[in-house]
Amino acid sequence: MVVAKMEATARRPRLSAADKIYFGSVYAILTLIFLLILFPLVFVLSASFSSPSAVAAGRVVLWPVEIGLEGYRAVFRNKSIITGYMNTLIYTFFGTALNVAMTLLCAYPLSRKDLRGRNAIMMLFSFTMIFSGGIIPSYMLMKNLHILNTRLALIIPGAISVYNMIITRTFIQNSIPEELLQASQIDGSSDAGYFFRIVLPLSKSVIATITLFYVVGHWNAYFNAFLYLSDRSLLPLQIILREVLISNTIDFSQVVDPEAAQAKQGLADLLKYSLIIVSSVPVLILYPFIQKHFVSGVMIGAIKG
Amino acid sequence: MDSNPQATKSHSDAERKKSIRRRFIMSITSRWQLYLFLLLPLAYLILFAYVPMAGLQIAFKKYSSALGMGIWGSPWVGFSQFTKFFSSYMFKRVLTNTVSVSLYALLAGFPIPILFALSLNSIQRRRYKKTVQMVAYMPYFISTVVLVGMLMQMINPRIGIFGVAYTAMTGKDAPNLIGLPDAFRHLYVWSGIWQSVGWSSIIYLAALSGIDTELHEAAQIDGASRFQRVLHIDFPGIVPTAIILLILNSGQIMNVGFEKAFLMQNTLNLRSSEVISTYVYKVGLASGIQDFSYATAIGLFNSLINFSIIIFVNQIAKRTVGEGLW
Repeated sequence: MVVAKMEATARRPRLSAADKIYFGSVYAILTLIFLLILFPLVFVLSASFSSPSAVAAGRVVLWPVEIGLEGYRAVFRNKSIITGYMNTLIYTFFGTALNVAMTLLCAYPLSRKDLRGRNAIMMLFSFTMIFSGGIIPSYMLMKNLHILNTRLALIIPGAISVYNMIITRTFIQNSIPEELLQASQIDGSSDAGYFFRIVLPLSKSVIATITLFYVVGHWNAYFNAFLYLSDRSLLPLQIILREVLISNTIDFSQVVDPEAAQAKQGLADLLKYSLIIVSSVPVLILYPFIQKHFVSGVMIGAIKG
Repeated sequence: MDSNPQATKSHSDAERKKSIRRRFIMSITSRWQLYLFLLLPLAYLILFAYVPMAGLQIAFKKYSSALGMGIWGSPWVGFSQFTKFFSSYMFKRVLTNTVSVSLYALLAGFPIPILFALSLNSIQRRRYKKTVQMVAYMPYFISTVVLVGMLMQMINPRIGIFGVAYTAMTGKDAPNLIGLPDAFRHLYVWSGIWQSVGWSSIIYLAALSGIDTELHEAAQIDGASRFQRVLHIDFPGIVPTAIILLILNSGQIMNVGFEKAFLMQNTLNLRSSEVISTYVYKVGLASGIQDFSYATAIGLFNSLINFSIIIFVNQIAKRTVGEGLW
């Protein structure tokens, strides 16, 4: 950091004309991309805090118009949204716990060079990344296992993401020195003991990273619920979101007074914005905490592995 | 005793073989805990990944849940499900839609994160850099449902920012973009780029951070401009990463994800938005007569093409640049 600073101050006065043009255009492009990415996010946030009539008239451009919380009130008054939210919390919690446990169980032995048949087992896993049975055979399997239309249908399939397993395996392999294994073997530690006492504590950053990936995956998952669930009381948030945001099927009797006919459409549109915020915020606030981990070597390990 | 060296040799051979076998068994049994760890993941893999692959056989059978003969008991029909698909009028449509959407996504979506990473990497102001990165990663964490929902709100001809701006500029009513078949591709691809540009650039930034700083220092002493250094040091430094990602992405050419395409579909834009994955779903699960065999055949056709492409591209990459996935 200090070096970078010195470099910067040392070079700044001597910027050549070519460099000036270069940096000018780089900043222009980056700022443009930055604004293009940022704008929709700010727009949704602003709209969610505006009034139904402002939203309905298209008066929100950048900042909130007639600030209020009506959209949020409508969101929290809607029973199916609350049920969906609760269900998603359940699926995310149990699903992620199973994911992380299974991934570690799998990644640790495969990181050991003294495991016979390691390459064959790796092949068995990697092959599923480029070829799969597809939706119909998977659906038939779920049906035969009788987990169709149960909570298990969203927790058990996809218990291991091979991609995350490879990230974890590569991390364990590259960042935990082999001398530690030898030392602990001399101390009489078993393979399981080594895993719990040495590997787990040293793998915190990769565990944090895959946990984030799995949490986001469960939180945003829609496909499996769409295929496997029909019971309304089991539906996760994303399915409810689809009904509200895309199919426009929203039960107004739950939301507003029937007589407020005129405000209905405005409120329906406003509710969409507030719902987007309510459903996305948990994941968005999680990631800055873990961001530092996945940049630190985990991602580069993934591509080298 | 030594009169028969042949016998001794074969004797010691057998002995050696025995001890090799014993050592082999030892090397497994002494690691039994590791295999125990793998037991559950392997069982899971076989049940949820390989059993469905065995289920692919119904693509060559006439499966009917009403007949109750199951996957294994149904009669073989050879390739008739495939020929039925190839001769159906939907074949050309879903194939064209799938390939054109994904090729467009690949061509437009591949270079942008590279340019983004190279630009970001070359600037010095840390605060600026961090802010841009922070915002750029964010859309990646938004779900597909929310993304499509946001898109539809933004391009809404009446209340969306697009509709409002269009009316303000032209004085006319804005077109309903989500219902236009010609707009589907652009909406699909550019919303995808919006969502993933930041995230995809992480891997390039990681590769860039691994470039030896001495190269830059030497080039600076030689009077190279920043742009020249980007061109001759940074860019070659990320080429291997770019190739690996290109291989991975090219394996997805026939794979337009179900979720987003399905969410963006409506009766008006179906002509260009029906892709293979959504069609498989409709044939197999959504229609009144659930034709599992036919849908599986279409899905299998799709997977096999994907599989061949990824193998093919990997070979080419290995031959031409010496980098490949395996």
